[in-house]
Amino acid sequence: MKKLGLIINPIAGMGGRVGLKGTDGDDIVEKARSLGAFFSAPNRAIEALRVLMDIRNDIEIITCSGKMGEKEAKKFGFKTKVVSYIENRPTNRLDTMNTAKKILEQKVDLFLFAGGDGTARDVYNAIGEKLIVIGIPAGVKIHSAVYAINPTRAGELALLYLKKRITRIQEAEVIDVDEDAFRKGTITTRLYGYLRIPYERRYLQGLKIGTPLSQKTSQEAIALDIIDNMDKDVLYIIGPGSTTRSIMQKLGLPYTLLGVDVIKNKQIVHLDVSEKQLLALISGKLSKLIITPIGGQGYLFGRGNQQISPNVIRKIGKENIIVVSTRQKINSLKGQPFLVDTGDKELNKMLKGYVVVITGYYDRAIYKITF
Amino acid sequence: MVLIMKRIKRDHKLRRFHQAKWDEPIIFEMSNKGERGILVPKAEDEIVNQVGDGISKIPKRMRRKKSLNLPEISQARILRHYLRLSQETLGADLNIEIGQGTCTMKYSPKINEELAKLPQITEIHPFQDESTVQGILEIFYKTDCFMREISGLDRFSFQPGGGSQAILAMASIIKEYHKANREDDKRDEIITTIFSHPSDAAAPAVIGYKIITIYPDKDGYPDIEALKSAVSERTAGLIVANPEDTGVYNHRIKEFTDIVHAIGGLCCYDQANANGLLGVTRAKDAGFDMCFFNLHKTFSAPHGCGGPASGALGVTKNLEKYLPVPIVNFDGEKYFLNYNLPHSIGKVRSFYGVTPLVLKAYAWIMSLGEEGLYEVAKVAVLNNNYLFKKILRIPGASAPFIEGKQRVEQVRYSWEKLTKDTGITTEDIQNRMFDYGLHYWTSHHPFIVPEPFTLEPTESCSKDELDEYISTLESIAKEAYEKPKILKTAPHNSVVHKIDYSELDDPEKWAITWKSYLRKTKDR
Repeated sequence: MKKLGLIINPIAGMGGRVGLKGTDGDDIVEKARSLGAFFSAPNRAIEALRVLMDIRNDIEIITCSGKMGEKEAKKFGFKTKVVSYIENRPTNRLDTMNTAKKILEQKVDLFLFAGGDGTARDVYNAIGEKLIVIGIPAGVKIHSAVYAINPTRAGELALLYLKKRITRIQEAEVIDVDEDAFRKGTITTRLYGYLRIPYERRYLQGLKIGTPLSQKTSQEAIALDIIDNMDKDVLYIIGPGSTTRSIMQKLGLPYTLLGVDVIKNKQIVHLDVSEKQLLALISGKLSKLIITPIGGQGYLFGRGNQQISPNVIRKIGKENIIVVSTRQKINSLKGQPFLVDTGDKELNKMLKGYVVVITGYYDRAIYKITF
Repeated sequence: MVLIMKRIKRDHKLRRFHQAKWDEPIIFEMSNKGERGILVPKAEDEIVNQVGDGISKIPKRMRRKKSLNLPEISQARILRHYLRLSQETLGADLNIEIGQGTCTMKYSPKINEELAKLPQITEIHPFQDESTVQGILEIFYKTDCFMREISGLDRFSFQPGGGSQAILAMASIIKEYHKANREDDKRDEIITTIFSHPSDAAAPAVIGYKIITIYPDKDGYPDIEALKSAVSERTAGLIVANPEDTGVYNHRIKEFTDIVHAIGGLCCYDQANANGLLGVTRAKDAGFDMCFFNLHKTFSAPHGCGGPASGALGVTKNLEKYLPVPIVNFDGEKYFLNYNLPHSIGKVRSFYGVTPLVLKAYAWIMSLGEEGLYEVAKVAVLNNNYLFKKILRIPGASAPFIEGKQRVEQVRYSWEKLTKDTGITTEDIQNRMFDYGLHYWTSHHPFIVPEPFTLEPTESCSKDELDEYISTLESIAKEAYEKPKILKTAPHNSVVHKIDYSELDDPEKWAITWKSYLRKTKDR
């Protein structure tokens, strides 16, 4: 018997239909309701669960009571175990986080959740990288790569994983947009972390592009290229992201996934530096900055790496910025240039143009930067 | 009573088809000890006395100690085995071969196959004295001359046994060229474009070049500004296809080659597929120093499953000295193999070329003549653009890049909209195409175009055949919107309904020989 965790964020997707860009925040949910929004996430979850009917007798669903999972699981006659309870009240993100923690305790084989970027963030906050998950896209904002491209595919992917037809795992970005800013017309995405998902080249949003090389192999190839070409006594500032992190892993060094680390001669100088520390470290020294595009829109600066401020970038110098990216990531931009949003117009202008991107061992692309 | 014979109605557009199904074992599993195809009688003493036993003349150290582990099967069973397997395939002689874009799956005249099967070809050996193979050397030489006319370049080698090997040879010539100029150490970068064939990047990487890839600009052409920022004193050369795999022709190609020449690099043209350009444009006029043609694509020698192939490699006069040896020369009286190229890159393959392919290409060119070759290009482009227009009318289909402009010989299409609308992917459509006995390919990397498919009708398809292919795609796209389940469960008329390839890139699961299959499945 396989254990399958399930969370349905019932309010996910409600804001979209009434033009509210999302449902983060109780007042927004109320507003959505008053505008006539209805629950759509449960139906999305049903589409995914339907695919699992073939192996219904081999699965036990671990979930939350009522509309956060129990109802839909029982609808299909799955053996269902409820591990957390919501009374008859509006749900919020704490319910998602509490249930996710309970599901973690149950040591499930796979964890399905239906929602949007906010839900993915809550799940990440609760379980980190401790479980294998698949997102069923049901929210308004789906920037995170943890979501399958549609609910049926999420179900198919779950089926393949539970049947052990897929055994590889990969890390997928959890990205969210600042909804308040989004409602005001500006998009600011942030990388919040990584969730572990089954790797199947056809099924994941943004990763469906597939490649003969796995994400991990591509990242390792990039890391080896960087390491083989490192100069002596130069400070290397390693920006956030899983591609840049693979450099630290190959060097056998500790690292800060979402922060900025500094190394010299392949040894740690400082982990998780702030802008101030960074300025002090690089002052008067030759330093190189290694960054990778963050988030769904291909931002090089201004998303999740604010420590690397305009001041820092100017000190380092444009010629000392090394951009690394897997081919998959570049291809997923579908021709859209990399973006910079440093908060400094002059600097943005200076960074605009073409950049050499290290895409593998001895493998480069020339790619456009704009702002 | 008079029996009236009924005429069979053939007015339905979609073909009814069902693949043959045989539960056919692997040939090794069919083996019975002692079973034989032909029983060869023992030679009589009289014969042995005259010519020997046929074995003792072979040096002892070369004689096999144990007999080969071959399946032991009668001739009739072997014939049935292969005929059954052939019924389960969907080859170019069986279906309307449009679906394998970039590969130029054109009709290969059977008469040319007959020529290649003549004993005068099959019984010759590359070690034979030149004086005894003047005929085939003449064909090599004259095919070289045809290629010069077609490309504008000055000399061809037929040694490379395929496109990637020809690219490797071009990259090696680039290296030798810079070595001769004492610049080899600093010139370590090769520039290509993302929609050139992936081998244009892979082959030079094999000999240590760094590869720099250019992406399309906002109009869908290779980004010339990116090229300008990519070139430097480190640039060794440019290796690109044109048209690219999208069917987009880079009309500024001469500017590209000028930019690369200006900083001292060499320019190489991947013309593996030159089907839309015969008699239209020439490598030389676009400023290229080298090019290659795949004889098994444009020049009609059939191909598939990795061979046989031939990448005819052409160079300008000043690069001739770097060609792989031998090349075939003519001194006015006789043809001979010329090994005397002191700057030669050496060999990329044994001997001087895949003889049957060169012969087939020669026969094909001779049968068409100059005007015929131009006609091939015109019809291939016409067929493609007819198909292009019709496919863009199918709901859900599109063709990213240079919208509104015509393509050369092929198009990379996208079902992005159809997938968004219905959840049906290009792979589902591929599975459904099998139900109509049609091959359809979902394209190779780079995976930039979402839900892609690449079609290339070549000059070989009639309008009726194009229409059948289009109608089938139309019908399937309609199904996607109206009854998607039928696509999700396709193919319905095939032997194998779903292939699980999730472990395809796991070497532990590969068994490429019978021996390794037995070893890996020993305990299961």
